[in-house]
Amino acid sequence: MGLLDRLKQLRRSVPDDDIGSRTQALVVHGNEFGFDPFGMSRAHLASVVTVARFVYRYYFRAQTFGIENLPSVGRVVIVANHSGQLPFDALVIGSACFLEPPQPRLVRAMVEFFVPTVPFASYLFARWGQITGTPENCRRLLEADEAVLVFPEGARGISKPFSKRYQLAEFGTGFMRLATEARAPILPIAVIGAEEQAPAINLKVIAKLMGIPSLPIVPYPPFIAAVPLPVKYRLHVGELMHFDGDPDDDDEVLAEKVKSVRHRIQSMIHMGLAGRKHIFW
Amino acid sequence: MKTIVITGISGRLGRIVARRLHHELGWKIVGLDRRPMPGRPKDIDLHQVDLRSKKARDVFRDADALLHLGVMHDPRARAQELYSWNITGTTKLLEYCQAHAVPKVVLLSSANVYGPRPDNPQFLTEDAPLLAAQRFPAMRDLVEIDHLVSTFLWKARELETVILRPVHIIGPVHNAPSNYLRIPRPPVLLGFDPMVQLVHVLDVAEAIVQALAPGRRGIYNIVGPGEVPLSAILAELGREGRWIPHPIAKPLLRLAFTFGLSSFPVAELDFIRYVCMVDGRRASAELGFRPRFGLRETIRAVEEAA
Repeated sequence: MGLLDRLKQLRRSVPDDDIGSRTQALVVHGNEFGFDPFGMSRAHLASVVTVARFVYRYYFRAQTFGIENLPSVGRVVIVANHSGQLPFDALVIGSACFLEPPQPRLVRAMVEFFVPTVPFASYLFARWGQITGTPENCRRLLEADEAVLVFPEGARGISKPFSKRYQLAEFGTGFMRLATEARAPILPIAVIGAEEQAPAINLKVIAKLMGIPSLPIVPYPPFIAAVPLPVKYRLHVGELMHFDGDPDDDDEVLAEKVKSVRHRIQSMIHMGLAGRKHIFW
Repeated sequence: MKTIVITGISGRLGRIVARRLHHELGWKIVGLDRRPMPGRPKDIDLHQVDLRSKKARDVFRDADALLHLGVMHDPRARAQELYSWNITGTTKLLEYCQAHAVPKVVLLSSANVYGPRPDNPQFLTEDAPLLAAQRFPAMRDLVEIDHLVSTFLWKARELETVILRPVHIIGPVHNAPSNYLRIPRPPVLLGFDPMVQLVHVLDVAEAIVQALAPGRRGIYNIVGPGEVPLSAILAELGREGRWIPHPIAKPLLRLAFTFGLSSFPVAELDFIRYVCMVDGRRASAELGFRPRFGLRETIRAVEEAA
């Protein structure tokens, strides 16, 4: 099958998402100016979703399996593998939760601390519902019954080299503490595709000399990962995991629970990899 | 009749609070201020003395409460003079209160003591560290007064000490946020539009009244009717911001300040760049504080005539 036929097939298979009515259907705790306490507004969101939908439907041709596991209301901590040098996995997960289920949900990802210092990103991320990643913010969002997205691999995950693809890095335990404290279930998601979107090698020696944690280089211009390859994304949404117990438990007790989430995601990744035919289609 | 000593009574906030306490609640008002108070009602005593002087001490003899309206803020005064006035003055006030067993001490601090910072959680609680002075030494006085009174709260346990940390106070007052919102084309930083909290000056007066009730002690954030982006506030007032890229905003403002074109110290730029918002749940649970003015009313209050 030629590339042109594939594109025609893609055009036919993409549903007409009604972004306007989906945005209206979102649950937003807004005030009379239309802003929620974290600075999110429907008007700003609708415009960015138009772009996100294009990236989700056409650029990455994303497929989502098991979206029925996403609860339509109530607090939930979404946990996924993190990779690909650029955080497009967050964008794809956010788009999936907005576009795929009958009742759209706004995913609140925890963004890095430097984001509020960058012009435009500083407030645009907030308008789109993305929040500076402090534990207090996460706690408050869960109390307000929001869906919070965390990547427990953190920077170790996103900067992982191509040779380490689909091997989960160490998980932090903070998300488990917050989830048990808020009695929020955990929704595991395995992201297939992102790990190949920017095949990088890590120049450890130079990174050390420059005093930065990692220096990933991609083998095509401009050699830093600026634009991801148009890989095909597949999201596998697992069943909700419920944990109870004392949030102030010792790290060892929490680590056991974290391990079970990590194993679940790792086995979902294995199954997803076994089931796919090709990286790009 | 109960007697209350109010420092900084000649300012607009001082007058508004004094009026409310005197006319509606029947307190006897004793003012302490270096400035004169034109148009002062006859039944308000004003002592134009330095807080650090002996004369100030006698004012506290029969007082039932002290309301300290916080930091003396004059961007043009010498830093050493302000520091001495603020820190020594507050220390002395607390000494007088302890010496004369004044049962209630209320400090009007500010939510600015936490400092606008990129890594701030969206809502700071009263336990958050007061980091405003880290980036800007000019905020030091504000933070130190708050610290002095917090220490006093735990040290002088026989007295009831209350610290109120209101968000930006808006109304017919001459403070930085109200002055800023009255500029026809206020400068804004290109690419930054932080969420801000405002509170109406009359709501602050109400919070002070609630803090004066017997049995209340502690530290409380005072939050107004909600959170809005700076741009929405300017739009509500029909103002258009003058966009300035942030790398040149600081030197520009410093120049403008030096040549007397602006009354805003450079330190205050970060308030239109980063989030500095607080959690008001403690005040609502323990003081019963609820803002009476809505968001639009509060924003529009800058247009009220003084």
